Amino acid sequence: MSATAPPAGTRQPDKPGTTDERLLRTSPLRKLMGRPELGSVVGAAAVFIFFSIVADSFLRASSLSTVLYAASTLGIMAVPVALLMIGGEFDLSAGVLVTSSALISAMFSYQMTANVWAGIFVSLLVTLAVGVFNGFMLTRTKLPSFIITLGTFLMLTGLNLGFTKLISGTVSTRSIGDMEGFASAKKLFASQLTLGDVTLKVTILWWFALVALATWILLRTRFGNWIFAVGGGAEAARAVGVPVNKTKIGLYMGVAFAAWISGQHLLFSFDVVQSGEGVGNELTYIIAAVIGGCLITGGYGSAIGSAVGAFIFGMTSKGIVYAEWNPDWFKFFLGAMLLLATLLNAWVRKRAEATK
Amino acid sequence: MTALVELDNVSKYYGNIRALEGVSLEVHAGQISCVLGDNGAGKSTLIKIIAGLHRHDSGTFLIEGEQTSLANPREALDRGIATVYQDLAVVPLMPVWRNFFLGSEPTKGVGPFKRLDVELMRETTRSELLRMGIDLRDVDQPIGTLSGGERQCVAIARAVYFGAKVLVLDEPTAALGVKQSGVVLKYVAAARDAGLGVVLITHNPHHAYLVGDRFVLLKRGSMSGSHTKDSVTLDELTRQMAGGSELEDLRHELERAPVPTHLGGHPVKDDGPNA
Repeated sequence: MSATAPPAGTRQPDKPGTTDERLLRTSPLRKLMGRPELGSVVGAAAVFIFFSIVADSFLRASSLSTVLYAASTLGIMAVPVALLMIGGEFDLSAGVLVTSSALISAMFSYQMTANVWAGIFVSLLVTLAVGVFNGFMLTRTKLPSFIITLGTFLMLTGLNLGFTKLISGTVSTRSIGDMEGFASAKKLFASQLTLGDVTLKVTILWWFALVALATWILLRTRFGNWIFAVGGGAEAARAVGVPVNKTKIGLYMGVAFAAWISGQHLLFSFDVVQSGEGVGNELTYIIAAVIGGCLITGGYGSAIGSAVGAFIFGMTSKGIVYAEWNPDWFKFFLGAMLLLATLLNAWVRKRAEATK
Repeated sequence: MTALVELDNVSKYYGNIRALEGVSLEVHAGQISCVLGDNGAGKSTLIKIIAGLHRHDSGTFLIEGEQTSLANPREALDRGIATVYQDLAVVPLMPVWRNFFLGSEPTKGVGPFKRLDVELMRETTRSELLRMGIDLRDVDQPIGTLSGGERQCVAIARAVYFGAKVLVLDEPTAALGVKQSGVVLKYVAAARDAGLGVVLITHNPHHAYLVGDRFVLLKRGSMSGSHTKDSVTLDELTRQMAGGSELEDLRHELERAPVPTHLGGHPVKDDGPNA
């Protein structure tokens, strides 16, 4: 990032090359330690090595593609959740919003006997509207986002179940597998590519694309600058003219957009949706973001970190299966990982700041 | 010559609280108007009106002769009024260069490729700070790692760079040591010499008298004095600021009061304290 910048803090700017004597040479390692995702990369390497040793089948290409798939379904959501967290807020409704989004497109298409693309489009509008609602309530009431989105979370959980039972008579939607447009939508949201003997799910591409997009936004756009600012000092940001409320609403819409992608994947993988799904996932997204180095109080973090966090999650959940352990232990590992990652992050950040 | 900013008989109430009443203030280009007052005198309320964070309830607020009521800080900035807050000036975790351009970031490219002009931002930050005499080690360091004085100076340099006509400074020297205060006051004077109108809020009459051209004294929400530099001496300013006779009383109290025994003091003896 700073490799192309001239030597920092030269005393006479017209004489480049004379480095400031107060600035000790910053080794590449030190620079690396200042990155928010460093702790998670170290953690990911440790987890990778661990499962490579204890699970024989872990290093096979097919196993890795399974791991990547598990990581991608979580990672798609972890990206906007990380941006939101850098912006200083939480979204507890993100998990059930994925289910809501899937239910809306399934039920709209089925009830209206419309092309499934119509349902997908309606679902996008409604999902984004929920994001706007979260952001609007937060900025208007000034209540903590924890409370606001906890409310949305409970309401959506109820609506998911209530509407599905009211319309379909059961807790799941009717299959839309034979409807017009299903095949093309499945191609976009739930297809898989075969490379040799390895199959890669399309969600992996969605995930990588979102990580790249989010990184671009965060580091190279005005909006990205505002995200850091509203999370790191909302009052200071407002005082210099940053549209704090619009930025936060935009971040909630980002979460909603990713929830829409995840929801459509859910629907087109199985062609039916269970209305009770998604509860508890919101915490997993937050865990991935935190493991990836996002500061829980806002103002610091990265999208790439959230991807590494999701990858750790994918490796752990599948690695336990490949190691032929009882998957009941998974949650324990996840919790231990969260604690270790957070401690490591805190330690690394302290070291990095102390050297500045 | 029209004042850049003129407040005439301005008042502000929060419910039944009289935060500010009947305050008048003039800010001219190339001059420093100081607002002096103790804690709770209404200094903060006054700045918030000028900065666009609050609207005034009565009186007139003129910007370059035109009557206004500012809706938000963005509007104040667009009208050329930049405010530097003592503790809200910057976002501590962000690098210096990101802070410098926060809210007014330059971009290049079009459409989806519109992006921050990072090179320009870094270079401008470095050169603008150098021009103000701040020699920064590394524009990439989080601004929170700078000293309080340096942070104030970055915020002032930012306001000057973005073409502010009026600079409002909220107690820029309050949390600083003697030397750091001097550095900040130097930049305040530099901004004045660059032709800006400066509003300096402070409770330190010594700092105010060093650089100020006009002085407005606030006390418990109303104006207790308004002077130009040639009509007042530092001693008089200090006396009024400290509440005049109240200071005399305090001096007497402090001189005579023996340390109470329960705080470790000794009973006062007639043969002196060192006996």
